Amino acid sequence: MSIEILMPALSPTMTEGNLAKWHVKEGDNVQSGDVIAEIETDKATMEVEVVDEGVIGKILVAEGTEGVAVNTAIAVILEEGETEVSTSSAPDASVAKVADKHQEETITSPNTQPVTSIDPEPEWDGPTKSVTVREALRDAMAEEMRSNEEVFLMGEEVGEYQGAYKVSQGLLDEFGKKRVIDTPITEQGFAGIGVGAAFMGLKPIVEFMTFNFAMQAIDQIINSAAKTLYMSGGQIKSPIVFRGPNGAASRVGAQHSQCYAAWYSHVPGLKVVAPYTAADAKGLLKSAIRDPGPVIFLENELLYGESFDVPDTDDWTVPIGKAKVVREGSDVTIVTFSLMVRKALEAAETLSEQGISAEVIDLRSIRPLDKETIIASVKKTNRLVTAEENWPQSGVGAEISAMIMEEAFDYLDAPVTRVSGKDVPMPYAANLEALALAQAHDIVRAVKAVTYKD
Amino acid sequence: MATKAKRKSKSKVSNDQLLEFYKTMLDIRRFEEKAGQLYGMGQIGGFCHLYIGQEAVVVGMQAALEEGDSVITSYRDHGHMLACGMEPEGVMAELTGRIDGYSRGKGGSMHMFSEEKGFYGGHGIVGAQIPLGAGIAFAHRYRDNGNISVAYCGDGAVNQGQVYETFNMAALWSLPVIFVVENNRYGMGTSTERASAKSDFSQRGQAYGIPGVKVDGMSVVEVFEASQKAVAHVRAGKGPMVMEMMTYRYRGHSMSDPAKYRTKEEVQKVKTEQDPIEQLKERLLSEKIATEEELKQIDKEIKARVAKAASFAQESPEPPLEELYTDVYA
Repeated sequence: MSIEILMPALSPTMTEGNLAKWHVKEGDNVQSGDVIAEIETDKATMEVEVVDEGVIGKILVAEGTEGVAVNTAIAVILEEGETEVSTSSAPDASVAKVADKHQEETITSPNTQPVTSIDPEPEWDGPTKSVTVREALRDAMAEEMRSNEEVFLMGEEVGEYQGAYKVSQGLLDEFGKKRVIDTPITEQGFAGIGVGAAFMGLKPIVEFMTFNFAMQAIDQIINSAAKTLYMSGGQIKSPIVFRGPNGAASRVGAQHSQCYAAWYSHVPGLKVVAPYTAADAKGLLKSAIRDPGPVIFLENELLYGESFDVPDTDDWTVPIGKAKVVREGSDVTIVTFSLMVRKALEAAETLSEQGISAEVIDLRSIRPLDKETIIASVKKTNRLVTAEENWPQSGVGAEISAMIMEEAFDYLDAPVTRVSGKDVPMPYAANLEALALAQAHDIVRAVKAVTYKD
Repeated sequence: MATKAKRKSKSKVSNDQLLEFYKTMLDIRRFEEKAGQLYGMGQIGGFCHLYIGQEAVVVGMQAALEEGDSVITSYRDHGHMLACGMEPEGVMAELTGRIDGYSRGKGGSMHMFSEEKGFYGGHGIVGAQIPLGAGIAFAHRYRDNGNISVAYCGDGAVNQGQVYETFNMAALWSLPVIFVVENNRYGMGTSTERASAKSDFSQRGQAYGIPGVKVDGMSVVEVFEASQKAVAHVRAGKGPMVMEMMTYRYRGHSMSDPAKYRTKEEVQKVKTEQDPIEQLKERLLSEKIATEEELKQIDKEIKARVAKAASFAQESPEPPLEELYTDVYA
């Protein structure tokens, strides 16, 4: 049967073009791959190659014709043995262009990705012991490495040096060089190697000396770790944890002081956690290691040496995606995470002395965001202040503010107010750094504004 | 199976293998021609990078691998998938964005995977597949399963920084990985001479002590024989290798590239003098491994298979709307 050659589209946006030149004439023999015509668009001139072989039976659109629509038959090829054009049906051309019918289709869309059901947080009334955040993180890794041979740790100075911040102290001795791997200073490279290993089902913990350095690796984190499950139609998982200190430490300047919570929380496919207490650090890190997908685990250098009570068990986990009310109150809700929880609690204490009862929520997970806990609190207090180290624009507070406006607008008695780091790179001078960071007194001031107590 | 007595060539490659190579290369070529045609009809969207001209590279390399070995590459990936044994129907249906595609229509030309066939993508960021491929090798070594990883990239990717970060770690840790540089002479529209201070890519691992070989990537037999040696080296635990395959792509970088940065004569010269399929065809005929008639029959069967894949890909439904929100979290 004869085969129609159709006017091809040469780019996703092309709808028509000019048939500039024919390189063949009727009666010519053509082979697959032969250039038969040239077509022009406003962007380029391109050659048309034939896919089928046979004899050019008829040229349907003459050389020099302008504005030929894509998919118009421009010539007919006769197959072996044929002498006449017989194009009763051109099967390929009859397939409707699928793109045309899409405009009306919709699906109920949550603004952010729902995550499969989150387990309730386990109750613990057993014994506890006081441990530092540093030890809690180490214990979490050690316990998970003991129970699963496929868990390993890699990063700069994690082995022989025992960790740049001593978080991995003792792990090399216990697990050996195969599972505690010192890397060269090549964040993008070792992050990619970690993701590749995770594609194969291993469970890497990749430590960044700080998340500031993870910017070198952010392509691998987002394009490779976060998106591959989706791009593979659910085939290839990336069960990997990226962890390390995040945010400002103390006078280390602009390139070592950034908070990345908002950056990573922007990305569907990632989970992002940022614990404050040692118990949450341990429980969330264990959950992160067990998670079948990529988790960004944001620590804070200033908290490593802080002690908290931690359940005395090797099976303490905290579910990812559950916030925690760490102080109950009735006049205003303060939503915060990581080191800022401490500042929020200080602020709540100050406010209580002034007769204002503040409820403090430790988000613990930035993505998925525990909207339920925030909304329930706002329904009670009718006022919301967010507090974070991030810069203000497109920050976690901005997200929470938009979310509460969409989902609990009628419960608000005052505008949601954000407390954040100032909109500047982190300065070095001690006084300027203190000014750039969000402080407890900034939270106090914001609460007074939304409670109209100024 | 051809017996030794029957074999007329001096090569260590059997006649059956030569025929297999021919079939797979032709399979890829016909598939890509059909993909180009469907693209022209608006059935395939976005970017579509065709492998026409480079078939010998992946076919010769894959033939040297064993069950359980892994493969990863960039976005010019259709040939690699077919050579890994992935079904043309599933690949073509992914190109048309349908539910029966390997990624359920959510990946497209540049993002396809088959865990079953050891194919780990299909990556759209130039060079990013190199550390990923080394990570896959890391996993093979971690599990001590004797398998290796092959990470393909183009001559454009080989100037990316992460490639050298990976060379360093792969050599430092003796990872079982082969880095295959498919040098088709142009990174999009920029020739290797205009992009690379030194364009002998086989030596790019030298600073890390990684041995490299330059191979005629238009000869499937040479690719196969060089790959066998490289695979043996890497599988023996001697660390990574770099293979530079000298090849050529006939089509533009992607479908929308008019390829004005090279002359028609240059393309035509390669097509007539070096075409990997024509070269092998001549050998099959001159050594009487197959007759003209038999080859015609093979071509006919392949065309029919590709046509079947194309109609499957056009008839498969688009993904249901619920697919929008699935596979984001495991």
